[in-house]
Amino acid sequence: MKRIYLDHAATTAVDREVVQTMIPYFAETFGNASSLHSFGRDAMHALGAARQTVADALGAETGEIFFTSGGTESDNLALKGVETGHIITSLIEHPAILNTCRYLENHGCDVTYLPVDSGGLVDPGNIESAIRNDTKIISIMHANNEIGTIQPIAEIGTIARDNGVLFHTDAVQSFGKTETDLQKMNIDMLSLSSHKIYGPKGVGALYVRDGTEIEPLMHGGGHESGLRSGTENVAGIVGFAKAASLAIERFESDTRHLTNLREMLINGVMDTIDDVHLNGHPTKRLPNNVNLRFDFVEGEAMLLHLDLRGIAVSTGSACSSASKDPSHVLLAIGLAPENIHGSIRFTLGRENTSEDIEYVLGVLPEIVGKLRAISPLVSKGSSRGSSSG
Amino acid sequence: MDHFMNPRNVGEIPDADGAGTVGNQVCGDVTNVYIKVTDGRISDVKFKTFGCGAAIATASMTTELALGKTLQEGLAITRDAVADALDGLPESKLHCSNLAADALHAAIKEYMAKN
Repeated sequence: MKRIYLDHAATTAVDREVVQTMIPYFAETFGNASSLHSFGRDAMHALGAARQTVADALGAETGEIFFTSGGTESDNLALKGVETGHIITSLIEHPAILNTCRYLENHGCDVTYLPVDSGGLVDPGNIESAIRNDTKIISIMHANNEIGTIQPIAEIGTIARDNGVLFHTDAVQSFGKTETDLQKMNIDMLSLSSHKIYGPKGVGALYVRDGTEIEPLMHGGGHESGLRSGTENVAGIVGFAKAASLAIERFESDTRHLTNLREMLINGVMDTIDDVHLNGHPTKRLPNNVNLRFDFVEGEAMLLHLDLRGIAVSTGSACSSASKDPSHVLLAIGLAPENIHGSIRFTLGRENTSEDIEYVLGVLPEIVGKLRAISPLVSKGSSRGSSSG
Repeated sequence: MDHFMNPRNVGEIPDADGAGTVGNQVCGDVTNVYIKVTDGRISDVKFKTFGCGAAIATASMTTELALGKTLQEGLAITRDAVADALDGLPESKLHCSNLAADALHAAIKEYMAKN
């Protein structure tokens, strides 16, 4: 059976070039980068080169890149590493931010969770008015993992800078898919994850602007300039760096390709199925995100039908799909719980083709039609459903 | 899986002798069950479900188990019986299987109250 992966916001396949780059660092150049002998020095050189690559990909200095175990750790480090005080964030952040904020609330911090509009945008004016004398940090994600909305990061960064407040952004979903400029956007800290950009899992980075005071979470041998102790995952870091450089190299072709597929999928669904709505912002959206809401049907049933046809999608975010609680992101953009249940997220990737989208467009109307035929929510006598079903 | 892909007894019975609705849209699960009763037995049964795969499959299986049964036998159909008939359900899906059995029981009780 044909298998089509459309869940790239959950994770991506490791690029074969990345795999090749990593292989020597398991059994050959396996040394501990802290060791003084040649084995250790070889590993240290690889680590240094990888740090330079990631710094170049971001337009940063090597001393500003700290490798971590991934996006969640980077988010935790950014928020917990800053001294206590007031934090400003949004209601649609990733759980790595939201649950860290809740933890910090129990440890003496005060957190303001800003609302978003129906497209998922934070109003920079709300940020400005939420700033207090004790505000230490503003953390707003660059792009949302569920609906793909891209925030006005440059405006938020300017507000933070003008008010002497640190600005952190979770760029896990946006890196390689929309432009990131640390200087123009006045970003002080930025979280990255390798496995969302065709790199290996278990590795990521936190960019920390030179001069930013931050405390470590991990104490030990003083690795990563003391900010993150623990023997470095050299193979993973080398792979991550390769993935980051490929993301920059392929940025234009990737974004063009993804945007074309995204529009093809959205327009195709809208043309063939009635009572469908696009969740999120119509234009300020990641090139690979399509989040659609189908009236009268339940998302998980659609997901299962699609899976039986070889198509992998997600309802809400993969991390929380074990729970049936309606998505906090879709609630925040003003959707009623009964409407949220019919939402499906398709996230496209570099390896997808227009044939993949055609295949999806070929099977989706039938699936939606089938589920609507058994749904008690479709009003009697209506011809709703799909044009083909 | 077959009961999810090809659910049996889908539909409504406009002149049903009993009807039951369980669940609500806000939680993401709604199941309606309709029955016809002839000589004390469930002579026809139909359902409609808005819900996950397990909710659809259990509703289909519940109607299969109920068809031809007496009202007392219908009331004795439990979610465990439905789950067993489907060769088990994941833990997190057990609440879904309640819906269909409860909707069936509600339909039977509605019939009993009227007659």
